[in-house]
Amino acid sequence: MKKESLKIPISILLSALATFAIGLYGELPWWSFAVANFIIAIAIPLKPWVNFLTGALGVAAIWAGLAAGIDAANNHILSTKVATILPLQGSYVLLIAITALVGALVGGFASLTGAYLRKK
Amino acid sequence: MRIMPFITSAIVTIGLVTVLNTQLPSGAAKTPKLGYFLSPQQGFWKNAEKVDAGFDASILANELKGKVDVYVDDRLVPHIYADQDEDAYFVQGYLHAKFRLWQMDFQTRVASGRLSEIAGADKLSIDRFFRRLGMVYGAEQTEKYINDNNPVMKATVDAYTAGVNAYLKQMSPEDLPFEYKLMNYAPEAWTPKKTYLFLMFMSYDLTGRSAAADLQLTNTRDYLGYDLFEKLYTNQQDSLDPIIPKGTLFAMPSIVPKKPLSADSAYLKKQTPMMAINNYSIPPQAPDKNNGSNNWAVAGSKTKSGRPILCSDPHLGLNLPSLWYEVQITTPTHSTYGASFPGSPAVIIGFNDSLAWGVTNAGRDVLDYYELKFKDSTQKEYWYNGAWQATTNRQEKIKVKDSADVVENIAMTHWGPAMFDVHYQNPQSKGRNLAVKWTGHNTSTGVETFYKLNRAKNFDDYVSAISLWKCPGQNFVFASKSGDIAIKQQGSFVARWDRQGDFIMPGTDTSYDWQGIIPNEENPMMKNPLRGFVSSANQKSVEATYPYYLGTASSFPLYRGISVNKHLAKMSQITPMDMQQLQTDNFNVFAEVARPALAKFIESSKLSDDAQKMVQEMNNWDLYNNENSKGITAFKIIWDSVENAVWGDELAGADIPLTKPEAHVLLDQMNKDSNFSVADDIRTKGKIETLKEQVNLGIEKASIKWKELEKDNKLTWAQFKATRVLHLTKTPALSRFNLPIGGGVNIINATTETHGPSWRMVVHLTDEIEAYGLYPGGQSGNPGSPYYDSFVDSWASGKYYRLLFLPMDKIKLHSSTKWHIQFKKA
Repeated sequence: MKKESLKIPISILLSALATFAIGLYGELPWWSFAVANFIIAIAIPLKPWVNFLTGALGVAAIWAGLAAGIDAANNHILSTKVATILPLQGSYVLLIAITALVGALVGGFASLTGAYLRKK
Repeated sequence: MRIMPFITSAIVTIGLVTVLNTQLPSGAAKTPKLGYFLSPQQGFWKNAEKVDAGFDASILANELKGKVDVYVDDRLVPHIYADQDEDAYFVQGYLHAKFRLWQMDFQTRVASGRLSEIAGADKLSIDRFFRRLGMVYGAEQTEKYINDNNPVMKATVDAYTAGVNAYLKQMSPEDLPFEYKLMNYAPEAWTPKKTYLFLMFMSYDLTGRSAAADLQLTNTRDYLGYDLFEKLYTNQQDSLDPIIPKGTLFAMPSIVPKKPLSADSAYLKKQTPMMAINNYSIPPQAPDKNNGSNNWAVAGSKTKSGRPILCSDPHLGLNLPSLWYEVQITTPTHSTYGASFPGSPAVIIGFNDSLAWGVTNAGRDVLDYYELKFKDSTQKEYWYNGAWQATTNRQEKIKVKDSADVVENIAMTHWGPAMFDVHYQNPQSKGRNLAVKWTGHNTSTGVETFYKLNRAKNFDDYVSAISLWKCPGQNFVFASKSGDIAIKQQGSFVARWDRQGDFIMPGTDTSYDWQGIIPNEENPMMKNPLRGFVSSANQKSVEATYPYYLGTASSFPLYRGISVNKHLAKMSQITPMDMQQLQTDNFNVFAEVARPALAKFIESSKLSDDAQKMVQEMNNWDLYNNENSKGITAFKIIWDSVENAVWGDELAGADIPLTKPEAHVLLDQMNKDSNFSVADDIRTKGKIETLKEQVNLGIEKASIKWKELEKDNKLTWAQFKATRVLHLTKTPALSRFNLPIGGGVNIINATTETHGPSWRMVVHLTDEIEAYGLYPGGQSGNPGSPYYDSFVDSWASGKYYRLLFLPMDKIKLHSSTKWHIQFKKA
């Protein structure tokens, strides 16, 4: 049981790390992290909806973290402009949230797909 | 495997990725590919630079011959020290690409009619216009000429090109500039032709107004009839203060242009009465009428130090990223500093360790239309000198995003490309065929002028460098450490007879052709005049005793030149600070004359209370277009409204826009002749309006606008004018709005809504050069960089930066030097 419960944080961490690592290769398409999350969900069996959450959380955490870090170091110069173009009332907070959400959805559904592939 | 849930979630995942990997429609535009765009490791976040980012780097490149050290100062200006000239241009290309890649690519796309390729069919009309004007044709001519005749320039442009491409090769995908990610396309390799295309664009921007003006003037002349036209669009400018002072004697001309005998009837159409309908089409766009500039140099006799001071501020469209990029280039052969064009090697406006130079636009007419007679709609033959001559067909393919390619068929003639013909016309052109003849098609040696100016040591070098200059015609101002000052108007100028080329000309034989290009020695020039200064501000360079016709008066603004010369004549003991103040001076010399002229006609007692208050505001005004002034706003809307009252009726009823007469025409009439017959509103039958009635009517109408502005809190000049610096794509979020700055048309500080001093430079030619300057932008083209618009606020408030121009051993140790980029042979 204890071992089971460790699987959740490990899965989140793996998803975040794999997403980050694969993102270092700028030549690969931006959605390559979906494949990584798909494989992680096959490797670490959980209830499908839990796999969805670990994938979504893993990607959201790394995307939000990276975006927020970049944004702080940039004094919000670019995020404020992009949040006007998109349009999000110029709010960098909303822009980071949307960034995380987009990553979470793709990561979550990729994991869910992996979970259903493995599930008997 | 749970089949159904697996399939469902797989479809959802693939669907999500697909949607996020697609440009979705959003109004007229399209979104970026959102998944890619938002990815913090690939998308726009990667363009959000650390505000304290460093720029130290060590770069290896095969193409280099020796070592290059670049010291970058705290404004992000690179100071390039190269062992070899070609290496310096390689590094200039590399740095232009590193900081301005998207802009360079975009500007040459505009010039070569390739916007549709990235923006879709919406831009097709602009692309077709530039293709048919011969922009690509001209760039090809230049490239061929330089490749065949000029190995030094070829090597220079090749080295620059290699530098741009070296950066492109080293750039990692996530560092792609922001705009590519936003619009979803990719950069392509730079080529020498792109440099020539960019220079073609400058030729267009500074001489292409004729492509629209000649058609509009023809329409206006046809609509009004020649007599009325000649009265309203007179070439007479009573208050002209030309670049070369009045009374100067000119040498006997080597060409005496002869007006064809048939011109009065067949060309000027003097006998033809008013025509109610006009038939000529107008191009979809035209360069800004206010493209112009100020430059001047004062001799040591007028300065505090006893050394000359040179000033130059080109007035162009204000854009982000800026047209300009500051750079210092130092090699064993020369050391120069100034504003460069991303897209071209060398410094364009600047100084070196011996002298300084600057440019203003000459405004001379170098583009004409000739009406063609084709044998049939295949356009394979046209009538010329009594016989059918063969055309050559030039095909240009325009790629269109999300749509089929469009092929332009351009019939090339003796005159140049057939611009308007069976392939390109609008409902009003009704089958008329017009060829365009333009000196821009034979620019050939433009880059070499700057290359040589960068290396010039004295007056003779300056004259020899600019003698190569063809298009766009410029007034080159000059000052040297040795004490010389000079100005010369230089370019390929057509030896014209009076009014030749103002209208569409008959093209069926040689009689209306250009009778020659004026020899360089006969171009207006002045060196070390007694008055101690030379200057230009786009006014006519010479008075009417000059043996050649310059072009229509509307190309030559009158008032800035008067202002500049008035100030310079009075000044003495001049310092660089005084020159900065003069460049940013807001005095309105036009209003100084126009306000009392208006006053003669104003009947205060008959005006409404609102109108009286507005007139009061104008009368109390100090005549400075300062940002907080309300008086200039009152004057501006009153003058515009009175002009509309006087001219509106004559020009109303035409089905395409006609040119409005110049402001001085009405002003001269007010001062000369209060029974001015044109004042009558021809639409009111049986009633003759006087100028007095029209002035007061205009004021009453203006007061309605005044009330609206008051309600919107837009009475101060800065709020009314709303100066902005627009991103090249006009995206508001990437632009700067409502800058607190005065100035305007007719003002030395020529800042209008979207246009103004695009690079202000003051150079004091002391032993160690003391130079100041700035442009309304920033050294980085990246909207995510703190250096994107870092000069804009200083520019608006009239501040200047001291420009660092030092040898390498000194710049290394200077407190403003922040970073070091080393380039070495791989």
